[in-house]
Amino acid sequence: MPEEPQNIVVCRCEEVELEEIREWIDKGYDTFDELKRVLRVGMGPCQGRGCRDIILREISRRTGTPIAEIPCGTFRPPVKAIKVKVAAKGGDR
Amino acid sequence: MEWQKTADAVVIGGGMMGTCTAYHLAKLGMKNVVLVEKKTVASGATGRCGAAFRAQWGSRLNIEMGKRCIDKFEHMQEETGMDIGLYQNGYLMIGYTEKEVEIFRESVALQNSMGVPSRMIDHDEARAICPGINVDDALGFSYYERDGQADPFLCNIAHQEAAKRLGVKFQKFTEVTGLKVAGGRIKGVVTSRGEIDAPVVVSAAGAWNRHIGDMAGIDFPVVGERHEALITEAVDFDVCPTMLMSFVGDYYIQQRPNGTIIAGCGPNAYTKADHDPEVMGNSWGFLERTAQVLLKVLPRTRNIGITHQWSGMYDLTPDLQPCIGETDEIKGLWLNVSGCRGFMFGAVAGELVAQMIIRGSSDLDISDFHWRRYAQGKKFKDLMVV
Repeated sequence: MPEEPQNIVVCRCEEVELEEIREWIDKGYDTFDELKRVLRVGMGPCQGRGCRDIILREISRRTGTPIAEIPCGTFRPPVKAIKVKVAAKGGDR
Repeated sequence: MEWQKTADAVVIGGGMMGTCTAYHLAKLGMKNVVLVEKKTVASGATGRCGAAFRAQWGSRLNIEMGKRCIDKFEHMQEETGMDIGLYQNGYLMIGYTEKEVEIFRESVALQNSMGVPSRMIDHDEARAICPGINVDDALGFSYYERDGQADPFLCNIAHQEAAKRLGVKFQKFTEVTGLKVAGGRIKGVVTSRGEIDAPVVVSAAGAWNRHIGDMAGIDFPVVGERHEALITEAVDFDVCPTMLMSFVGDYYIQQRPNGTIIAGCGPNAYTKADHDPEVMGNSWGFLERTAQVLLKVLPRTRNIGITHQWSGMYDLTPDLQPCIGETDEIKGLWLNVSGCRGFMFGAVAGELVAQMIIRGSSDLDISDFHWRRYAQGKKFKDLMVV
């Protein structure tokens, strides 16, 4: 059996590792938004594009809840970062 | 979490005000405390707030609360055993009218008389504290370096974890749908998941307190008002080395220790999205207006990317001040509402309410915060408010 690799980074924006995520799921933080608030997963510039699915799968595995029943967390605008000088010019000009 | 049908106290609301109340009830020896939260801890106003705290208020009681809050934040890691992202980088209040500067001056004098060494500063010192700031059109400033910021999520969660260790039960995704009252006394709560009988119920539901009051036929003087905020990508740390805030200018700007910059303003500074003000939501008008403020006040932010915008609910009271105490109508039913500063005041307000419930009195007399003042035609005056 290959050993489970250590220090797997799941959220690259905020450098959060799988072990930390598992630890907090086991403490009862079993929705994406709760993990976001305690570990900052999904709060970086990618908005969870990289980590959300992995984390939802991990919650499902550890709690036995089907993945479709786990709240998938909030998505916030803007979809991609907008420079301050661009946003300041307004949307319809 | 297993359901229990009785408790010594039920706290409604898992923001900073409610979580700290539950924590301090348990810390003062109450054995069986249950907190019910419609969603999850820090999902309402606390987790969406501007993350800052200050002693620069304009009335004696608020300054005393602010001082005590700063002490709480400075010791919160020891108290709860969790890092709370404390960063005391000061508040720079920026005045754009003679009247606003005069309010700063009077407030600083009052703060100084109460042991808060805040001070009025000039343009040169403002520029030294925040190099690159454009304050050519400002008229005056006040500053206090012990004001600062912390991570609202972590402060809230740290109290949840500490409260759990003291035996407090947290019931998430549990919405209060009714209050049980008999003979002028509170008897418990009815929720979406069942009933809990308890002789003490503390309503700490922020902007949603009014709905709790309605369940008992009591007018809790609180309405919700959506405020928006944005955050940028992480950049060099000294882009905004202190909290910038102006009441007349209607903005706040601050940089978190991780390099991201948070900025926000009140809801009347831009064209809002067309929907219910008590519902969360984001508007382009906010993004545009706040980007313009950033560009004007801190021009070097021009090429920084805005990565997220969000909104939160202010718990507005008629004088924008806290409403805290036991209801006159129903014994055992308490209201703990901050008046738009639950993150800031929560740790202190929670402790004082817990003391009043358990001992019948608190270390600091906060009876002036009781909302019966409105029925008496009085308002609590403090002009250092957003």
